[in-house]
Amino acid sequence: MRATFGYLRRNPSLTLGLALLLALALFVVIGGTIVDVEDARPLSAPTLRAPSWNYPFGTDRQGRDLLAVMVAGTPLTLRIGFIAGFLGVGLGTILAFIAAYYRGFLDTVIRGIADIGLTVPGLLVLIIIAVSLKGTLTVNQMAVVVASLAWLYPTRTIRAQVLSLRERGYVEVARLSGMSGFAIIFFELMPNLLPYLAATLVNAVSAAILASVGLEVLGLGPIDAPTLGMTLYWVNFNAAMINGWWWWWAAPTAIILIVFLGLFFLTVGLDEIANPRLRRSA
Amino acid sequence: MQATYIARRFGVFLLIVWLAATLNFFLPRLSGQDPVRTKLLQQAALGGYVQGGIEEMTREYERRFGLDKPLWRQYLTYLDGVARLDFNYSIANYPRRVSDLIADALPWTLGLLGTTTLLSFAIGSLLGALLAWPGAPRWMRWLMPPFWALHAIPFFLLGLILTYLLAFQIPLLPIFGGYSAGAVPTLSWRFASDVLQHAILPALSIILVATGGWALGMRGMMVTTMGEDYVTFAEAKGLKAPTVFMRYCLRNAILPQVTALALALGQILSGAVLVEVIFGYPGIGTLLFQAIRENDHFVIQGVVFTVIVALGLTTFGLDVIYPWLDPRISYRRA
Repeated sequence: MRATFGYLRRNPSLTLGLALLLALALFVVIGGTIVDVEDARPLSAPTLRAPSWNYPFGTDRQGRDLLAVMVAGTPLTLRIGFIAGFLGVGLGTILAFIAAYYRGFLDTVIRGIADIGLTVPGLLVLIIIAVSLKGTLTVNQMAVVVASLAWLYPTRTIRAQVLSLRERGYVEVARLSGMSGFAIIFFELMPNLLPYLAATLVNAVSAAILASVGLEVLGLGPIDAPTLGMTLYWVNFNAAMINGWWWWWAAPTAIILIVFLGLFFLTVGLDEIANPRLRRSA
Repeated sequence: MQATYIARRFGVFLLIVWLAATLNFFLPRLSGQDPVRTKLLQQAALGGYVQGGIEEMTREYERRFGLDKPLWRQYLTYLDGVARLDFNYSIANYPRRVSDLIADALPWTLGLLGTTTLLSFAIGSLLGALLAWPGAPRWMRWLMPPFWALHAIPFFLLGLILTYLLAFQIPLLPIFGGYSAGAVPTLSWRFASDVLQHAILPALSIILVATGGWALGMRGMMVTTMGEDYVTFAEAKGLKAPTVFMRYCLRNAILPQVTALALALGQILSGAVLVEVIFGYPGIGTLLFQAIRENDHFVIQGVVFTVIVALGLTTFGLDVIYPWLDPRISYRRA
């Protein structure tokens, strides 16, 4: 326990990131006990009230209590990010190991697809996918759509890591002692990559949230779910900025800021664990 | 060597274009939507009475649009149209062609994105290099944390905040659009300054965020480069500090930054699309946003394809000038 705290003191980025995300989790949990999540639906509150005692975050034009919207929407947005991030890193890890450990033709194909895919603007491809799907998306479908491109970056970076790891002496020893490729991947390479995979995962979650919020702001999200991005869509739809309804966009903006800053500092902190050389230059 | 290198890169560019076109063609068809029937049923519903003969009309329209032909014939026709940058008519603004709408919007996006990307790349790289340089003024250290934090924020979110501060609270700058309502687009000073004023906020929200990223990358590269033997040697020879900084450190540290630029363009563009939507800037992003609202599939596909081609061209351009920046590259097989 003391060692953990000691480490957190030496790694302020990690501490800051964890603190921000923890604060957000507390907000959702405590908010859930104070406010009725059902008030996130339209017509459950008077319209367009500035923040007050009864409605601390104000209400929007359709009569949603914005505090309830935030309490209900934050986990939804995070869920999209986590599902897409996990799918992306999972798929990316598998592909990266296949490519980097076995090399050959498969490596050329996988690397080629990842390299080309990365130069294409992801959001636009996601738009084409989202537009092609029938009807409006649910939150989970949204996550899968975002995940369809979320594996590109992990594949590329993890592959590079595996390429350098597989030349190490202990891998050579394992190979000479007759260990199968599968076993080497799981028992020799994977454990050494875990901190790096964690940093990649946080990165992927952040990118997935960014992509999902982007799709939602463009109006391609789950129309009836109170996610953070959809709230910003309604903000834009109703021209809340010009009309001076500042509280409507202030709450989702603040929460998205905390999410991204939290995830960013977490990545920086995890990078420091994964790549001890960074400690010197910091 | 040079010729094969360029040919290879051009091949990759063609591959991207073909993939984008193919994706555009097959994805909507995979979903099993029937656009003609849906549109006709919608119109029948709008008319308020049930119309007979929807089936015959669907068939007739499908024949006219060539949708009754086998899939591979449709695909070839589509590729032929795409090669001539012909994306059919806009559904929402009917007599206008998609290519005209894109041609109107593209200069706005190119101007905004080109300027902001170049500026943030230049400022960020220089700043990052100075941050790693021991001879830099001390106050520069204080710039890093805010840039770091900004770097984690999406462009459009900063755009919202800036709009509120600089356009709504203190009405310094226009809040919306590419030029004032009622202004006539002419080549005059008045109009130019109007356009410039409208561009400041969108540009600022991109530059402030992007600069931090470039500075971060450059600082890391500079630290590595400054540890190289040739830098120590240059210092030992008694070269002036600015020479060592510019010609030995910066010159070498910038190379990975250019590679990173080629990779980041797609992301920057995705972010800029949203900035345009937030500011109602009359570029590609706003066009796309309206097309999504109006279910204008031809415009959506046209925009996505054009943007992918434009980005592919830019990446290709960067690939071509890269051997000139880094003479080692043309001797290696890329």
